[in-house]
Amino acid sequence: MKTIFTRPDSMTEKVTHYCPGCTHGVAHRMVAEIIDEFGIKDRTLGFAPVGCSVLIYEYMDTDYQQAAHGRAPACATGAKRVRPELIVYTYQGDGDLASIGTAEIIHAANRGEKFTVVFINNAIYGMTGGQMAPTTMPGQRTTTSPMGRDVLSAGHPIRMSEMLSTLRTPAYVVRASLHTPYNIIQSKKALRQAFQYQMDNRCFSFVELLSTCPTNWGITPVGSNKWLEENMLPYYPLGVFKTPDDE
Amino acid sequence: MAKLLMKGAEAIGEAAIRAGCTAYFAYPITPQSEVAEYLSKRLAEVGGTFVQAESEVAAAQMVYGAAGAGVRVFTTSSSPGVSLMAETMSYMAGSELPAVFVNIMRAGPGLGGILPCQSDYNQATRGAGHGDYSFMIIAPSTVQELADWMIRAFPLSEKYRNPVMIVGDGLIAQMMEPVDFDAVKAEEMPDVEGWATTGAKNRPRNLINSLFLDPLKLEEFNHHLKEKYERMAREEVRYENYMMDDEPELVCVAYGTTARIVKTAIDVLRAEGLKIGLIRPITLLPFPKDILRAESEKPHVKGFAVVEMSNGQMLDDVKWATLERKPVSFFSRNGGIVPNPEETVEFLRKEYERTQK
Amino acid sequence: MLNEVTLAGFGGQGIMTTGKFLAEAALEQGHEVAWVPSYGPEMRGGTAYCTVVISDRPVGSPIVNTPNIIVAMNLPSYEKFENAVKPGGLLLINSSLMDVRSERTDITQVHIPCNQISIDLSGSGRSANISVLGALIGCTNLLPWESIERVVTEKFAKKPKVLEMNLKILRRGYDLGVEGLKGS
Ligand SMILES: Cc1ncc(C[n+]2csc(CCOP(=O)(O)OP(=O)(O)O)c2C)c(N)n1
Ligand code: SF4
Repeated sequence: MKTIFTRPDSMTEKVTHYCPGCTHGVAHRMVAEIIDEFGIKDRTLGFAPVGCSVLIYEYMDTDYQQAAHGRAPACATGAKRVRPELIVYTYQGDGDLASIGTAEIIHAANRGEKFTVVFINNAIYGMTGGQMAPTTMPGQRTTTSPMGRDVLSAGHPIRMSEMLSTLRTPAYVVRASLHTPYNIIQSKKALRQAFQYQMDNRCFSFVELLSTCPTNWGITPVGSNKWLEENMLPYYPLGVFKTPDDE
Repeated sequence: MAKLLMKGAEAIGEAAIRAGCTAYFAYPITPQSEVAEYLSKRLAEVGGTFVQAESEVAAAQMVYGAAGAGVRVFTTSSSPGVSLMAETMSYMAGSELPAVFVNIMRAGPGLGGILPCQSDYNQATRGAGHGDYSFMIIAPSTVQELADWMIRAFPLSEKYRNPVMIVGDGLIAQMMEPVDFDAVKAEEMPDVEGWATTGAKNRPRNLINSLFLDPLKLEEFNHHLKEKYERMAREEVRYENYMMDDEPELVCVAYGTTARIVKTAIDVLRAEGLKIGLIRPITLLPFPKDILRAESEKPHVKGFAVVEMSNGQMLDDVKWATLERKPVSFFSRNGGIVPNPEETVEFLRKEYERTQK
Repeated sequence: MLNEVTLAGFGGQGIMTTGKFLAEAALEQGHEVAWVPSYGPEMRGGTAYCTVVISDRPVGSPIVNTPNIIVAMNLPSYEKFENAVKPGGLLLINSSLMDVRSERTDITQVHIPCNQISIDLSGSGRSANISVLGALIGCTNLLPWESIERVVTEKFAKKPKVLEMNLKILRRGYDLGVEGLKGS
């Protein structure tokens, strides 16, 4: 029998704890596939966030560090600066990266740290039970915006990719989505490119992946994909925002 | 008023509103995100202010700003979040600002776990931030007491113009018990015109500040703080005696959730005729030192037994308070495990038997 | 009087709500109560449980290792809690979802088809958490029937149809509980 589908070598056999329909697993797998494809498993170092994906270190079979909430880009800076031969990436949710960790991500990008950031934007806090995130859509109901996000007091959703691409420092900044097979393939290309830039020692690379959280959105997995398409896509356009060749 | 069955976390929110608090700033963290969830609705109903901050650093600084502007304000968090508030805590004590902080402790260190713990005792009582300051630290052990102290905490913080911190653990925040919000009367906020930055209309301007360029002035200020804390120690110590009336031979010391378990264990052992009592500190700071010291001098007291969900933090205070005149033994569970009554009974029985030798 | 009741089932089976109703009814009867949930990572998908302590004295330890009454709504909770029942205590088993019989001879066990009651009276098993509440009151002397009926009535006051259905389910559970105790 011919094997046509296996677990990536860079993943452990551990069954993930994610809810049915959650896209964290898809993103993990793609990162692992890329590590396999580039053959860099023995020199990759990941940084886990605090969020639903905090246990990513259980699923990825490479070296890993667990960072404090939002601080992964600073921790990654420390590691990459002292061991530039390592391929370093952070994996962060939108509460982690766009709320408590805003300072760290902006300054890592601005310094042009040569590591990769995988940014999961699911428009909500998953782990803590569905509170509003900086990326929550206007009018979206969450446990701390029970009447829907009011942009007059909570502001508008933060577009991290757009914001980071305004920095003058060269970088690769891209937004892709995980809601259809086509988009997943595009996401993988973006992730590959991001790791490639790092391996070429070119620049900071940042991949934003629009994701779903069926549990806290209170929508079925299939319905969540549709919700993402109808609500998030118009506000969070996909595409490359910046490459090191710009300018 | 009829008693309401309420989760501890929600009772914190409701009690704050009953206390006349109009502003709350916080960042979600388990096991107390329900306070923010509750107040996101409730404060809107009463025309108060709620902002979900981008971090605990920011939440605490929002509290600083609002307190400086002279309103009743508070924040809640759990251990890792409280660590991030340390800087502001120091600044608020240094700027003499009243406010209430709540730490629903979970197991540490680091990200630790989300289950109940008492391992932030030192962080709370020694002051998480820098400088010569302290907060008054209160440790309720039932949801009713939690609500009562929320209502008392605001005026206390205003009396001393110093923040008050209430500490609980995940169990007290997550469990539901009956609460009567009228058990304690809310007090009006005293006039703040003398110090708060409400706009210098018809008065000299006010300044909220903790910078002193002149070391003599700073020394003087620190002496002033010391006097405040000494007054607090004279006037604010609170504790509960349980089964202490008949000259118990073993005196337990426990607070918060563990004190409840110790009470159950004492009930079991009392039924067997063992003379064991409990002193439950309600204020962890100021610590009921004099009470414990007095106990340690009594001939019938043969030993002390401390039960804590930590590696022994209050234990040090008990040793200091009793001058170790009598043996101080210790039982703990850690990592998010709450000691169960059975193992607590076994520990106390053993310690009691030791005192009989 | 001290009763410690642990109710356990799948997350989403409504067992935490059953516990709340029980606690509210007990409070209304003038008892001291505490409702203590399990919280933590095990909530997601796995077993959810809560303990309701009903006492005539202030509730001491909210941590209960050996409750005198345990309600098991699914097999994993049965397996987790069967041995925890205090000797002389009661184990209430949802026989719709498991065909088991405890070997223990030092406890009373009552088997109630909680999901079936709900399906028979409403067409879906969703109110199994109500039938079990009725059954629990039926096979214990925890609280009078009227008190639990009152709480359920208050809870669903805004949805008369749901209320009517749930009261029937509650009552059927209660009757089977009374019978089950006789037959045990
Ligand atoms: C200092 C600190 N504050 C708060 C928390 C609680 N906390 C854990 S995860 C999280 C947010 C998770 O949301 P997100 O980053 O969007 O990731 P997701 O769970 O949605 O994948 C928060 C607030 C914490 N662990 N540490
Ligand atoms: S809560 Fe949301 S983000 Fe977390 S695992 Fe479930 S679906 Fe995924």
